[in-house]
Amino acid sequence: MSTPHNFKETFIQEAEDLLAEVEECVLDIESDPENADAVNRLFRAMHTIKGSGAMFGFDDISAFTHHVETALDYVREGKLRVSTKLIDVILAARDHIKAMLAQAQGGPAVKLSTTEALVKRVNELIPNKLKNHEPGELVQQSIVPKNVAEHETVFRVSVKPHSNIFSIGMDPSLLLEELREMGECTVTVFTDDVPDLKALKPESCYLNWDVILFTDFDENAVRDVFIFVEDECDVRIDDITDEKDEIPKVGEILVHKGDTTAEKITEALNQQPKIGDLLTTSGGVSKQKLKSALVEQQTLAQRKQSTSQESIRVASEKLDSLVNLVGELVIVQAQLSAVSKSVNNHALQSPVEEIERLISELRDVALSVRMMPIGSTFAKFRRLVRDLSNDLGKEIKLETIGAETELDKTVLDKLGDPLVHLIRNSIDHGIESPKTRIEAGKEAHGTIRLTAVHRGAKVVIAIEDDGKGLHPDVIRKKAIEKGLITEDAELSQKEIFNLIMAPGFSTAQIVSKVSGRGVGMDVVKKEIEALRGTVEIKSTLGKGTTIELALPLTLAIIDGLLVEVNHDKYVIPVNSVEECLELTDSSKAMDKTRNVLQVRGELVPFIRLREVFGAAQGVDILEEAVVVETGDSRIGLVVDKVIGDHQTVIKSLGHMYRNVQGVSGATIMGDGNVALIVDIPSLARIANIEEQARLSHKKHPATVN
Amino acid sequence: MAKTIMTADDSASMRQMITFTLKQAGYDVIEAEDGQDALKKAETANIDMLITDLNMPNMNGLELIEAIRGKDKYKFIPIIMLTTESDAEKKKQGKNAGATGWLVKPFQPPQLISVIKKVLR
Repeated sequence: MSTPHNFKETFIQEAEDLLAEVEECVLDIESDPENADAVNRLFRAMHTIKGSGAMFGFDDISAFTHHVETALDYVREGKLRVSTKLIDVILAARDHIKAMLAQAQGGPAVKLSTTEALVKRVNELIPNKLKNHEPGELVQQSIVPKNVAEHETVFRVSVKPHSNIFSIGMDPSLLLEELREMGECTVTVFTDDVPDLKALKPESCYLNWDVILFTDFDENAVRDVFIFVEDECDVRIDDITDEKDEIPKVGEILVHKGDTTAEKITEALNQQPKIGDLLTTSGGVSKQKLKSALVEQQTLAQRKQSTSQESIRVASEKLDSLVNLVGELVIVQAQLSAVSKSVNNHALQSPVEEIERLISELRDVALSVRMMPIGSTFAKFRRLVRDLSNDLGKEIKLETIGAETELDKTVLDKLGDPLVHLIRNSIDHGIESPKTRIEAGKEAHGTIRLTAVHRGAKVVIAIEDDGKGLHPDVIRKKAIEKGLITEDAELSQKEIFNLIMAPGFSTAQIVSKVSGRGVGMDVVKKEIEALRGTVEIKSTLGKGTTIELALPLTLAIIDGLLVEVNHDKYVIPVNSVEECLELTDSSKAMDKTRNVLQVRGELVPFIRLREVFGAAQGVDILEEAVVVETGDSRIGLVVDKVIGDHQTVIKSLGHMYRNVQGVSGATIMGDGNVALIVDIPSLARIANIEEQARLSHKKHPATVN
Repeated sequence: MAKTIMTADDSASMRQMITFTLKQAGYDVIEAEDGQDALKKAETANIDMLITDLNMPNMNGLELIEAIRGKDKYKFIPIIMLTTESDAEKKKQGKNAGATGWLVKPFQPPQLISVIKKVLR
């Protein structure tokens, strides 16, 4: 059931969204002070924070926001000009409101002096002639809704209209209706006073009622219902909320002390006449009154929790544990299927298949719950771009496309840092100063475009700038200097670009405060690969650079291809598998000294998993190769046998094995055995290094048709 | 039959609160995020009353009130506008546009109910 507490949470969430919008609008206004739409949106956002804040008891936020709103109202009316000062103050105010919200959620306390200083800064911007009324006074008058009780209260409302109530045009049933509309009601009507039909006057009211009311409103609100009929009605309102916490009965005490048992008490009570019966017999109370009392007792006892909620907010840890449990369930289900197959029992098979179907559905639902649009992550970068480009004296516009693209929350959370780094790189190294840009015949302001699109089971995020692009010769020279490649290494342009992601590589001439602080592209690459993603660099000198991150939709459960190597099982993520083929002599390249496969006329380096994982070379094994793609290159993984499709619940290998090359995790199979999940990017690196070594070993690289 | 009240407000927390209050009071509620949304929904549904915020994107409250009043089936339904203290002067404009009454934010749920009672008898 919704409580005022829920409203607060909704408000906090809403306010945070609005603050994100505030930031966006401010930045829009900064780039185009005439943007009336942005000014209106900005005003509306602040207005809503103020209005709803006051509604839900955030009086401090409401009062503070009021000042900003006042200033924005002047801007809206064209009485106040947009200035850098104004933009800065509004951004600072936005951050301050955010801090106040954090405080409301248990964060650090906001200093009153900061609030006052900001209010002063805002008010200083407003020309004196406009200050005809003192801002702030209005909000101070606002009252927190006081007659909303913190918890549900139970009232007994006894209504006894005077017999002449109809004559003033009042229908007492409306009062009952109004009470009913305040919460759940149990109404007992007293008909004792209704006379015989002959004596009955149709214009007189003979009825009265007892109402048990469960409500979130307080007593005053209940009393307000009767405000117009006070003189024509006897109303008695009693708060009976605490009656259930009454003093224990003597029997209960005896049981509690162990002096007797509950059964004995019940037995004794059953022999005893009921108090109500005693009272009605003795004439102490009317049957109607007794009925009302019994109804009250029953109602209180049978109080049901009604729940009606359309959407709820759930802590992300709960979702994580849900997904983990579903993962466990998938594993156990695989075991169950395996057992069911081995016992070959038809009666068992059909429910097991049904469970399999349901669990796969459950898996999809559980994972979809964790999906979130990437937009909120994108939105954070607008401030970053603004602040950094200002610092560097560059003019940069940020465009975002595909903000609605959804990604698993875990992936999204870990994506922030790499993206920040890439955007910083674009601002710092990519986009030139306005002067240089104009000299190069470009527009003075540079553009960084963030794009997110679904591509198969992956989401591709591109960071594109129209800056100076990467210079292959400079990178090459630098790489030779750093000893990353030999002077005669033959590298494609793509391979050269990839060098900037090698550890210890940094092309920045001057170490600026923006980027080039030792943390390089290698860290970005590592972080993306930890998310089982890939990084691809495309660049045209003078035109700009695009960095593409391809990320899996989810990290928890994947479809895998189960393969066997030396009697051990391994899982290859299916979404990177291109094809499986037999490794025959004819499929190998003509040059037998190289580990290269010929796949439809293209050469693909391969690597034997037996060698990588230190297993003895098999004799007389018909090997199979699984061709996988990583980023834009392909490699073949040579295995003993391809077994088939496997729903893989990814388990971390734990701290001890974090640095093991070639595997990224593990999974438990249906039979309880562990299969390792191969790490394709790191295997690709090994394959390429080995291939390079073989090539440089031979003085003249072989050319193969 | 329960009466249907439409609440138009761009603030999700306000909508949640109003909806909760009204539903608890036994009304059916149709939520709208802005004036345009409200007008669209009011065309297909049949509402007995409108509670609208004034500051909304796409179509503001005043425009909405005028548009609703312009429809034959809504010529006589009660319309309550929610204002803040700071746009008090809007009350008159709202009245002219066709609003039945107003409620100043922040208000208390019973106030909302009692205002509805007054106009929806």
